[in-house]
Amino acid sequence: MAQAYTPGLKVTNRITHRVRRVLPIPGEVIVKEGDDVDARDIVAETFMPGDVFPLNMANLLSMPAGDVPDCMLKKEGDTVKAGEILARTKGIFGMFRTEYKSKVEGTIESISGVTGQVIVRGAAQPVRVQAYMTGRVVEVLASEGCVIEAEVTYVQGIFGIGGEAYGPIKLACSSHEQELTSDIITPDMKGAIIVGGARVTDEAIRKAVEVGAAAIVAGGIDDQDLKDFLGYDLGVAITGSERVGLTLVITEGFGEIAMAERTFKLLASRQGDEASINGATQIRAGVMRPEIVIPLSNEQLADMPDDEHVAGTLDIGRPVRVIRDPYFGILGTVHRLPSKQHVLGSGSKARVLEVKFDSGETVVVPRANVELIEG
Amino acid sequence: MSTIDPDQINVILATDCGSTTTKAILIQNVDGVFRQTHRGEAPTTVEAPFADVTIGVSNAVTEVQELAGKKLVDENGRLIHPAAGDTGCDIYISTSSAGGGLQMMVAGVVKEMTAASAKRAALGAGAIVMDTIASNDKRKPHEQIQRIRELRPDMILLSGGVDGGTTTHVVQLAELIAPAKPQPRFGQKYRMPLIYAGNKEAASLVKDVFDDSIELTVVDNLRPVLEQENLGPARDAIHDLFLEHVMAHAPGYDKLMGWTHAPIMPTPGAVGNILQRIASDQGINVVGVDIGGATTDVFSVFDEKFNRTVSANLGMSYSISNVCAEAGMDHVLRWVHFDMDERELRNRVKNKMIRPTTIPQTREALVFEQAVAREALRLAYVQHKEFATTLKGVQQQRTVGDTFSQEVGGQTIVDNMKLDLLVASGGVLSHAPRMNQTAMMLIDAFEPEGFTTLAKDSIFMMPHLGVLAEVHPQAAVEVFERDCLVNLGTCVAPNGHTKPGKPCFDYAISGETINESGTMIYGELKMFPLGEGETATVTVDPARGFDCGAGPKKRIERVVRGGTVGLILDARGRPLALPDDRSACKGLVSRWTTAMDMYPEEGEAPSSSESKPTPTAAAAT
Repeated sequence: MAQAYTPGLKVTNRITHRVRRVLPIPGEVIVKEGDDVDARDIVAETFMPGDVFPLNMANLLSMPAGDVPDCMLKKEGDTVKAGEILARTKGIFGMFRTEYKSKVEGTIESISGVTGQVIVRGAAQPVRVQAYMTGRVVEVLASEGCVIEAEVTYVQGIFGIGGEAYGPIKLACSSHEQELTSDIITPDMKGAIIVGGARVTDEAIRKAVEVGAAAIVAGGIDDQDLKDFLGYDLGVAITGSERVGLTLVITEGFGEIAMAERTFKLLASRQGDEASINGATQIRAGVMRPEIVIPLSNEQLADMPDDEHVAGTLDIGRPVRVIRDPYFGILGTVHRLPSKQHVLGSGSKARVLEVKFDSGETVVVPRANVELIEG
Repeated sequence: MSTIDPDQINVILATDCGSTTTKAILIQNVDGVFRQTHRGEAPTTVEAPFADVTIGVSNAVTEVQELAGKKLVDENGRLIHPAAGDTGCDIYISTSSAGGGLQMMVAGVVKEMTAASAKRAALGAGAIVMDTIASNDKRKPHEQIQRIRELRPDMILLSGGVDGGTTTHVVQLAELIAPAKPQPRFGQKYRMPLIYAGNKEAASLVKDVFDDSIELTVVDNLRPVLEQENLGPARDAIHDLFLEHVMAHAPGYDKLMGWTHAPIMPTPGAVGNILQRIASDQGINVVGVDIGGATTDVFSVFDEKFNRTVSANLGMSYSISNVCAEAGMDHVLRWVHFDMDERELRNRVKNKMIRPTTIPQTREALVFEQAVAREALRLAYVQHKEFATTLKGVQQQRTVGDTFSQEVGGQTIVDNMKLDLLVASGGVLSHAPRMNQTAMMLIDAFEPEGFTTLAKDSIFMMPHLGVLAEVHPQAAVEVFERDCLVNLGTCVAPNGHTKPGKPCFDYAISGETINESGTMIYGELKMFPLGEGETATVTVDPARGFDCGAGPKKRIERVVRGGTVGLILDARGRPLALPDDRSACKGLVSRWTTAMDMYPEEGEAPSSSESKPTPTAAAAT
C-alpha cells in the first residue's frame, strides 16, 4: 500500500548536504576532488553551439534551389561577418547581379542544393556552472561537473520562484507570526536573503526588488499577490526560470499563514551568515522543492550536535502539519491512528488519524492531509 | 518473447507501471470464462533509491499472491512462469507510463495536414506531444530551431508531402531539426531516435541531412495521398523505438522486458487499443476519458475512426490551478450551489497544486473539486473535438445536393448524438463517494445527446486489457465486459432549447421493475432506479425544437441499460446553458443537485453499492 501521507519538508539545524553540479552538455571541469570551493566559484564550463540562423537563399536571391551552391561566395565551415557578401547570382551575361549580405556573424554550417537553404551558426555561447554551495568537492564527474559536500543548516520550502541566489540571512520580522510588509524592508537589505514571518505582501516583494535584495523567505503568500507580482496566473508548479528581480521561497503555503516557529527560529539563529537559496520548484515525478542552504563553519560545527533524524513514519506523538482545509496550516501531534476507514464529511471513506492541536483540541483528519514535520 | 498458444493460457498476470503506483491484476479462467480475480498495488520504483522498476512489480504481484493464495513470485523476486498447479502464471504482460511516459516532438509540412496526421500517429501510439513544428505554424525558422533546442523529447516523428509530391519542404524541415541538435532526456550518450514517415522520394535526401547524433528510422508515408492516412507503420515504429530506446534507458526496464510475453506498451496506447476493439466488436461509438493529476486523456472511436488527445495541463492536482486559470473561476463556480469566497478559493487551489496528494475532507471541498473536474473535462473534450476531424486538404466532390451544404474537410467527427458509450476513469471520477456524482460530472462536461450508456473503469484495468488484447483478444473482451466496467446507467437527453416552463419531451418507461410515464419540463432532471443488469424500454416524444436521435420532434424508442445510478432523463437541452446571473445559476444547480441526490447531508454514509475509495487512489494521477 502506498504511503497515505506526505513526507514532510526538511528543516534541520545540521545535515551533511551534497549538491550535484553538472553542465547541460559535455565540457571542462575546473575543480579537483578535495578542492574547497566558494558558492560563487565556477566549477565547470563549456560552450553551447551558437544560435542557428537559417537563410533561404533561393528565395532571398530569387533563384532555383539547385543554383544556390554555385552562387555562394563562402563554403561550409567558412566564417562570415555581418555585412559581408554571402552569395551573388550569376546575372544575365554577368549583368544585373544581385547579392546577399549577411546580417549575422557566424560560421556557414550547411548549404543545401535541394532546398536552397543556408544555415549560419552564431558564435558559441559560454555556459558556466557555479558551485552554488560553499563546501568541498567530493567527486568529479568527468566532462560533466562535480559533487560538492558540506555541513549545512538546511531549510526546504514548499514553493518558490526564481533561481539560485546568494546573500547573508537578514531577519525582517520579529516573530514567525508577523506579516512581511513593505514598511519593514529597508535599504540595508540590499543583497540579503530577507526572512519574514507570516504572509508576504505584493508591496513588500516589490520593495525588496527595489532595494536590491537577493531573496525573500516567508511563511505564506496570497495567490492574488503572487499573480500581481508575476503578471500572470501560475498554471503549474514548475518554476525556477522566472526573471523577476529576486528569488522567493514560501515555507508553508498560500494564504494568511505563519511560518512554522521552528523554521523561523532556525533561520533567526543563522542571522548574518552567508547562504545559498534556490526557488526552483517542480511538483511532478522527481519532485523538487525550493531550499535555503547555510553552510556551517568549523567553529559553528564544534559546538553543534548532529540533529537527531527520525524515520519518516506516522507514529503517535509525532509532530504533524495539516495541509488541507478546514484545518489548513495548523500544527499538532498524532494523537490516535485508527486502523479502520472513516467516513469523511465529503462522504468519502478514507484512513484517518486524530491530531491534537496545541490548543488541546483534537480533530479527525485524513492521513493524506497531513505531513510530518521532519528534522 | 516466445509465442504462446492462446488455448493453453489460463492464468494471466498483468501490470501497469505508472509514475507513482504499479498496479497488478490477476486474470484466471474460471469455469471457461476469463475473470479478473485479484489485484494489488505498490509504489513504482523507477526513481532512487531503488532505481529498478521490477522491484515495484514484484511488490505489487506479491500483494496479488497473498490475496490469491497462489505463489507467483519466487524467492529472488522473479515472476514464476509457466504455471504449474497452484503456482505461477501462463503469461505476464505490462504497460508503462513511469518517468513521464513517452514524450515526442512531431513535425510536418502543413500544420493542418501532414503535421496533424503525424500528431495523430504519435498520440495514438500513447505519446505526449510536446510540440508540433510545421512550415506554416507562424513561427520564424530561427524560433522553430530555438524551440527544438529547448525541448528534450524522447523521439521525433517527421512527416511531410504526399508520395511523389514536392520534396523541398520536408527536407527543409529536416534542415531545421538537424542543426538544432535536440537533446534527449536520457543523458548525453543517447542517440535521438527520429522516425521519418513522409514523402518516400525525399527519404534519401532527409537521410543526408542528419549526422550520427540522430538514429533515423524510415517508414511508409503516413499521408501517402491527401485523401488517406496510413498511421500504422509510424505507430508501430514508435512502439518499437519506445522499447528499444526509451524503456531501455529507464532503470530496470531491460530486466522487465525479459519477463514480459508481449511488448511493453505505453499506458495510453493500451487504453486506446482496448476501446477500439470494444467499439469494433460491438459496432458502437465510444468516448473514454482518463483524468489524472496532471493531464487528461480523451479517446474516441466514431465510425471506427480512433482519436486520442492529451490535454497536458488539465488535471486535478498538479494542473488544478491551470484548469481554474483556463476556464476562469466564474466558470468553475457555475457548478457550485452555495457561496464561496473567491480569494480563499484561489489559495485553496494553489495549496492543492503544491500538495497534490491531499483529498477533500468536507462536502464543500468535494463540491468545489468536482466543479473543477467538470471544467477540466469540458475543456479537454473541446480540445478533443477540435482535433478529431475529417482529413483536411481533401478535394471534395460536390453534387447539386450539396449546394446548400458548406461542409469542408476538417469537420469534427465527434457527434454526441451518435455516442453510445461514455467511459470514465481517473481518481476524481472513479473514486467519487457517490456514483451519482460521477454520472453528473460526465453528463455536465460531455453533454451526451440522445441515448448514452455511462460507465466507469472499476479499477483502471483498461491498460492491462489493451496489451492483453494483443495476445489473447477473447480474454481481454471477456474481462472488459464482466469486470472492467461498472455500469452507471443511461442518460437520455434531447438537444435543442425552448422557453423555461415549456415541455421538452414526453416519456414512457417500461421494464420488469419499472413502469413510468410523464412529461419532462425544459430545465428538469429526473433519476429513475434501474439496477445493474436490468433493462427497460424507453420511448421519447420530443417537443417542438427537440431531437433525441430520430430527428426533430420524432418519436424514438430504445432499450436502455441500468446501473448503479439508474436511468437519467435530462431535459436541460443541448448545448447546456447556465444563467450568467450568479444567484439564478446557484438556484438552478441546487435543484439539479437535489434531483440527482448528489450531496446528501454531511457525514451521511454512502450506500453499500457505492465505491470505497482509498486516500491514495483518490489522489492518484
